Amino acid sequence: MEKFDVIVVGAGPAGNGAAYTLAKAGLSVLQLERGESPGTKNVQGAILYADALEKIIPDFRETCPLERHIIEQRMWLMDEDQTCTGMSYRDARFSQEPYNRYTIIRARFDRWFSDQVKKAGALVVCETTVTELLRNGSGKVIGVRTEREKGDIYADCVILADGANALVGSRAGLRPEITADDMALAVKEVLFLPKETVDARFNISGTQGVVIEIAGNVTHGMLGTGFLYTNKDSLAIGIGCMLSDMKKQSLTPYQLLEGLKRHPTIKPLIEGAEMKEYSAHLIPEGGYKALPQLYGDGWMIVGDAAGFVNAVHREGSNLAMTSGRMAAETLIALKAAGKPYSAANLAAYKRTLDDSFVMADLKKYQDVPTLLTEQPHMLGMYPRFLGDAARELLTVDGVSKRAKQQKIMADLKGKRSLLGLLGDAYRFWRAFR
Amino acid sequence: MSATFVPPTLNVEEKLFQNRYRVDTGRPHIRVRNESTCVSCDAKACTVCCPAGCWRADPAGGIELVVDGCLECGTCRLICDQNNVDWNYPRGGFGILFKFG
Repeated sequence: MEKFDVIVVGAGPAGNGAAYTLAKAGLSVLQLERGESPGTKNVQGAILYADALEKIIPDFRETCPLERHIIEQRMWLMDEDQTCTGMSYRDARFSQEPYNRYTIIRARFDRWFSDQVKKAGALVVCETTVTELLRNGSGKVIGVRTEREKGDIYADCVILADGANALVGSRAGLRPEITADDMALAVKEVLFLPKETVDARFNISGTQGVVIEIAGNVTHGMLGTGFLYTNKDSLAIGIGCMLSDMKKQSLTPYQLLEGLKRHPTIKPLIEGAEMKEYSAHLIPEGGYKALPQLYGDGWMIVGDAAGFVNAVHREGSNLAMTSGRMAAETLIALKAAGKPYSAANLAAYKRTLDDSFVMADLKKYQDVPTLLTEQPHMLGMYPRFLGDAARELLTVDGVSKRAKQQKIMADLKGKRSLLGLLGDAYRFWRAFR
Repeated sequence: MSATFVPPTLNVEEKLFQNRYRVDTGRPHIRVRNESTCVSCDAKACTVCCPAGCWRADPAGGIELVVDGCLECGTCRLICDQNNVDWNYPRGGFGILFKFG
């Protein structure tokens, strides 16, 4: 019977971060991936945060397929079909190496990452779906069952990096089932344009890139955001909303995306592009309060499967890679000390996470999901008000500026009482401080 | 919804046509547990929320499910209040094969 030190389920950023770190340290690692090759089942915007990968593969820039380094971030508040109120931050220092953030194409990135995992010595087996966990009489996880003939494989520890749906852990009863309240559905298209066109339309050159994050009524009152990212010779455009909101309304996800694409602010930017792929994916956005138990006898959960997503800052893959690395380092240290992978010993994984930015950031924003769910006008009414106020002030029509200001204030008071405004300000401050 | 917004009319098939699939013919990875449950379901959120339009209301009041264009997101599993969706990943290597992801 073949037995490994560790089986990693899934070859996304979390699974690859774990498998690479383990194999590099000399542990025997089997990584199972259900896709034809790593990346064929994975979807992301996608932005790569260099720091998290650097801590796993310091010289990744030499071989990693990167699209553009990000020199400018735009934040746009858009309504359904007319207005856009924006803010942008561009910094020449973002063009100094080493760059901090890049756009990537996940299918290419994941294949590259997986190649590094293989070179480090792990056995990577694709086209294999893990259906359940194997446990011994005392409940310890001792391996996985795959759908293949004689598909049981054993290991001292199983790392669950099986992604947002977290099927393997839920079905084994290791964690509660995910719910529509904690998950967002994002849909995305990849639109191809000549590189010169991308450069000209976004005011960039060379490998410079721009990311645009979009909020406001473009989500039709649902809690969600949109995005438009520049790749080398393509654009990634997408929109995502909480499933609990999606199921209460009548627009399909592709209608939402189409609405974003034909918005007068977006349309000229994507004009003439060739759409080459349409994708969808769930994003766990429940935050800190939705985190499951992260480890137990012979198992650990990492990445999206654990719900490590910072929805406020649109970060996830960096939390995934970091949690994968930390899970691996926990196992490496225990093995070196000759200690078993018991629940008590694996608790070190959680302590490492607690001391890192992963948990610090998730804790910081733990009240945000509840705030935005209970006070949906935060994302609808205020952006609309901002747009209305800007239109009033920027339309020169003989009305005095004082009269315009009074109209704006009256308009705001009509939308929300003074007490309501103060309450919103307080709740907002509490949730984001 | 704003007064001027007109919901886009479009065929999701035109989008899915750009994608690469390896269909596991005759072995759908998603099944309806009980068809009569769908007939008595008023919400039919699956017909709205599925990003691939796999779930369509049929004239008889039930649901027609065709999983060939499935993007394997998991939405239908979570938005069905009747818990009437038997959802699994396709066999290894089958289903959607993202070129870009």
